[in-house]
Amino acid sequence: MTTTQKQGQKPSSGITLPPAQAINGGEAVAYAMRQIDPEVVAAYPITPQTFIIEKFSEYVADGLVNTEYINVESEHAAMSACVGATAAGGRAQTATSGPGLALMYEMLWVASGMRLPIVMHLCSRSFSAPLNILCDHSDVMGMRESSWPMLIGSSPQEAYDQAVAMPTIAENKSVLLPVANVLDGFTVTHSVERVEVLPDEVVKEFAGEYEPDIWALQPGSTATFGTLDANDFYFEHKRQQVEAMKNSLEVVRTQLNAVGEITGRPMNLVEEYLMDDAEIALVVLGSSEGMVRAAIDQARADGIKVGMVRIRLFRPFPVADVRKALEGIGAVGVLDRAIAFGTPGNGLLQDLATSTRTMPDRPLLMDFVYGLGGRATPKQLFRQAVDEVLNMNETRVEPDEPAYLGLK
Amino acid sequence: MTLKLRDLSLKPDLFGTGHGLCAGCAESVSVRQILSALENPPVVALATGCLEVSTTRFPDTTWKVPLIHSAFENSATTIGGVDAAYKALVRKGRMEDRPLTFVVFAGDGATYDIGFQWLSGALERGHKFVYICLNNEGYMNTGIQRSSATLLGAWTTTTPSGDARPGKPEWHKDMTKIIAAHNIPYVAQAAAHNWKDLMTKVRKAEQADGPAFINVLTPCDRGWRFEPEKTMEVSQLMVEAGLWPLYEVVDGKYKMTGARQKKRPVMDALLSQKRFSHITKNADDATIAAIQAKVDEEWDALQALCEMSAAE
Ligand SMILES: Cc1ncc(C[n+]2csc(CCOP(=O)(O)OP(=O)(O)O)c2C)c(N)n1
Ligand code: SF4
Ligand SMILES: [Mg+2]
Repeated sequence: MTTTQKQGQKPSSGITLPPAQAINGGEAVAYAMRQIDPEVVAAYPITPQTFIIEKFSEYVADGLVNTEYINVESEHAAMSACVGATAAGGRAQTATSGPGLALMYEMLWVASGMRLPIVMHLCSRSFSAPLNILCDHSDVMGMRESSWPMLIGSSPQEAYDQAVAMPTIAENKSVLLPVANVLDGFTVTHSVERVEVLPDEVVKEFAGEYEPDIWALQPGSTATFGTLDANDFYFEHKRQQVEAMKNSLEVVRTQLNAVGEITGRPMNLVEEYLMDDAEIALVVLGSSEGMVRAAIDQARADGIKVGMVRIRLFRPFPVADVRKALEGIGAVGVLDRAIAFGTPGNGLLQDLATSTRTMPDRPLLMDFVYGLGGRATPKQLFRQAVDEVLNMNETRVEPDEPAYLGLK
Repeated sequence: MTLKLRDLSLKPDLFGTGHGLCAGCAESVSVRQILSALENPPVVALATGCLEVSTTRFPDTTWKVPLIHSAFENSATTIGGVDAAYKALVRKGRMEDRPLTFVVFAGDGATYDIGFQWLSGALERGHKFVYICLNNEGYMNTGIQRSSATLLGAWTTTTPSGDARPGKPEWHKDMTKIIAAHNIPYVAQAAAHNWKDLMTKVRKAEQADGPAFINVLTPCDRGWRFEPEKTMEVSQLMVEAGLWPLYEVVDGKYKMTGARQKKRPVMDALLSQKRFSHITKNADDATIAAIQAKVDEEWDALQALCEMSAAE
């Protein structure tokens, strides 16, 4: 039995691991990967993803996994190797960030189009240029239409808990799609926090092994994987992908519930904070949740009935859950951590606008761009956003343009 | 190692009928020969290109082997992923450990240009596979554009011959030597018309202890502008003119293979292909002289390598 002991903690018994470790989000993900023991991990280093692959390489070097670790020469190659490995019946995982995701973009669509249940850990980072290694959601937004279910956690703990669930979502027969476990660069990947890990055998039992319906690349098979579709079938295959994405929503819910039951830490597609009696709300993705919560607490102390909605399942967008969370809410501030240049609204605003457009009393929406290229957004700015949303709720006038929080 | 036609004729044909390659295309001929030269059951990866689009149109397939195509540039890495998964599956006891041969078929565009990095990486990592470059000296699938394998002076749709520029201005990349510089156990050049040489090399590549690479000249009648029935003749002329030397590099040692090499002037080969008609119309054309001079120089360098290897 393996023991990765941190900070002098001791296993509570001979075989089970200590209940909690002080590790960062990257190591937490690597820890889950070791427990899942995928057949193949192929990755290329990029900040802030490196913790994951360095830690996993140690597991390989120490003989703690059966995994074939492929030190590929680029991110495109990483995804290419995962495609080959998964088509061959193995489980494959990779991890990347911003520019790495951009380089493998072609393969994101190949992986989903070939219906290969690959797991990718995306450590969110801005896109160049200018070169910037810090967190924003340019990469998250950059892959949002590529038919990958995407979960965004807000802490090292969530990065771990989600990582445990990911293969079982991807490999569900009604899904068969690659999936992304998003953890915010630095704020999650590099933050050392208390992470409660599960015993190896519990994760192994939960994750099981990948059992493809067709072992298409095995000797004896005459299957051709990755065919050419002309205008006679391409459309139909894409339509099937729509169904797979739809199916994934309930599968994600079920699998998050299942992990939550084991850990005692429930996970929902959409997480709500003080929404019960809220009149207005902020909607956020990922690790900014903590700061937004603090701003909400402050606004509550000032007598403002505001709540927060954090969207964990970003793709497929959980429309019904979001609408339910926003029922009766008069005005919403949408926090966008990336710019969708030239579009009528940034990514999350577009999703919110489309999701709420047919609600009988749809909430008014206001977009806030924040945190680009790792810019810290202090509590006070989110608190100001609450005031602006409150004002919009009174004037009932939606602004055409987004506000830019913390722009110099 | 000797390959007997009788034995080969008894092997099942793993490349079926009903493909959409042009009449006269060398690719189908070479692929069929390569597959039947293998001893082990193959697992194949294709790069995007004429071969792939003409043989894998859903819901049909020409192939009777497990096959994967994922993109244009990455077939070496794709098969590397398959190889890695098999290794781990065997280690976990989830798959039987059987002898198999991983084969990649990729065009010169996929190999020399866009996929160079993927191939180089896979070779360096030592995945055991046989990489076949089906070299027709151009991007034929997208309509006969130049690649870095295209011969000097050749007409292509992106190096058209005009008053200012007579076809492709650059000498081609020596990919086979570049691959040999990766110090993999087996590297060779072969050509479509010499089936015995090709198949022997495939067998050796399969038995190599590590990655193997064979650069196969597969003339394209569409792109090179010759009659479809002339394919093998053109292939032979290219070798006889020294434009495509047949040799192998076994564990770093160079050796010429096959007879009748560099027995003619390059003009004989160039005349067989209308892609050179703008230069061959004038026997004193400067480009022809340049091609001949470069072929002579490279031939001498190759002979020197072979002599050095023999002396070692
Ligand atoms: C990323 C990418 N760029 C470009 C293409 C277009 N493309 C497809 S096949 C091809 C040329 C293939 O040339 P080669 O590899 O020599 O094979 P051939 O068709 O000549 O046998 C090109 C340019 C593509 N499919 N993908
Ligand atoms: S264009 Fe050339 S390479 Fe392509 S199928 Fe036709 S003959 Fe073969
Ligand atoms: Mg070509």
